[in-house]
Amino acid sequence: MTQVQVRDAVLAIIADIAMDQDVTGLNDELALREQLDLDSMDFLDIVMELKKRHKIDVPQEDYTKLATLKSCVDYLTPKFKQ
Amino acid sequence: MKERIVITGIGLTCPLGNSVNEFRQNLLAGKSGITHQEIRHMGKVAMGRCNFEETLYQSKKMRKRGTRAGAIAIYCAHEALKDADLKMDTLDTSRIGVYLGVTEHGNVETENEIHELYNLHNKDVSLWSHHHNPRTVANNPAGEVTLNLKITGPHYTIGAACAAGNLGPIQGAQMLALGEIDVALAGGVSESTGTFGIFAAFASQGALGHHDDPSMATRPLDKNRNGIVVSEGGAIFVMERLSDALKRGATIYAEIAGYHCNSDAADFVLPLTERQVECMSKAMKHADMTPADIDIVNMHATGTQMGDIQECEAVGGLFGASPNTKINCTKGFIGHAMGAAGALELAGNLGSFEDGLVHSCHGIQELDPKCALPTLVLDTPVQASVKTILNNSFGMLGINSALIVKKYQTL
Repeated sequence: MTQVQVRDAVLAIIADIAMDQDVTGLNDELALREQLDLDSMDFLDIVMELKKRHKIDVPQEDYTKLATLKSCVDYLTPKFKQ
Repeated sequence: MKERIVITGIGLTCPLGNSVNEFRQNLLAGKSGITHQEIRHMGKVAMGRCNFEETLYQSKKMRKRGTRAGAIAIYCAHEALKDADLKMDTLDTSRIGVYLGVTEHGNVETENEIHELYNLHNKDVSLWSHHHNPRTVANNPAGEVTLNLKITGPHYTIGAACAAGNLGPIQGAQMLALGEIDVALAGGVSESTGTFGIFAAFASQGALGHHDDPSMATRPLDKNRNGIVVSEGGAIFVMERLSDALKRGATIYAEIAGYHCNSDAADFVLPLTERQVECMSKAMKHADMTPADIDIVNMHATGTQMGDIQECEAVGGLFGASPNTKINCTKGFIGHAMGAAGALELAGNLGSFEDGLVHSCHGIQELDPKCALPTLVLDTPVQASVKTILNNSFGMLGINSALIVKKYQTL
């Protein structure tokens, strides 16, 4: 998958989790938690959905790499290619 | 009771409506809330489902995170506060207690997770939801109310099988009397229609109500009754000390007059007439009343063969010589709402204080001679001057509860 496709895949997950919020105008460089009402359970939901939808494991020590959309794409793109 | 405790708000959802007035009107009109629905492994069964707006008072995200019982409780709590004309920003949230009766909690989520584990996830437990624990902890519905309303006082559920709907308000009254809180949100909730296991267990027990016409699937006291119809729902009362309610000019639905709870210590599922008599007698003693003082007895009457007969023996023995005591049962209309039943059935009867009517039973085509109580309100509401109601709720493992409320009157 290209970086753009990975971004779309992550954004689709975030949209399903944030539900009540509009995710179309997110700044890729800013922390997701600064732009959306997300808590620790939501990030666990993101991790779970990555596993369910794309069979990607995110170990606990890497959770911080899901902080922004850009860091998600940077971290996950190689995993999508595996 | 030394400290006078009153009900000043009611929020509810049940198979016959989403407000106490709607429920009351449908009871008086003789409507049924039972329908046939498909459920996992069981196919078509009769049940009572609610039709309230789940996200009226919470976001879609929080609804997805929580449980059906939590959604019911949040809806009922908001409606009760609104009905009581209490606004959260005017209250000390540390002095509000949330006490909700539940028959069971956690079966729905556990069944769903196991279903997905075996059918979608090839038994890979790493896909087991991290939401499982907060959804299935026993305090979940009460806790969801505090999270939603930012209440920082105590919250817990009271597991009391199908007596739980009475035990919630009793707990609220006790905590108010002790001065532990200033406002109680107390009642009962049930999400049991979401779990096939409860239906399957009643079926295995020969106690699952059924009929081609779902409105006749549960017929308490009818000779040909064949069991319980499982329902979901909730009822939450705002309760306050009388002095606080008067100070703010609250509308008072009823005053708690007395109550009692006891245990059969006899059988896992079979009720015990003797202990039911003792429970009602001690509730009346607590209320400083005799059977002649009770205007309505709302029976637990679930529609099982033995359960109905034994309760009729208990009620008939106590109230048989009291011609002014009207007797009714509510489950023929809405099914058995499990942990919500006691609170819902009390709410459905409170209107009698104002409209002077006693709602009837539902579905009795041929009254069981063993249930032929002389003052039973069979199939149409009757007029009566109602000032007191005794509400029975009994449950498995032999738990009995009787809650007596009276019309508020200044002394």
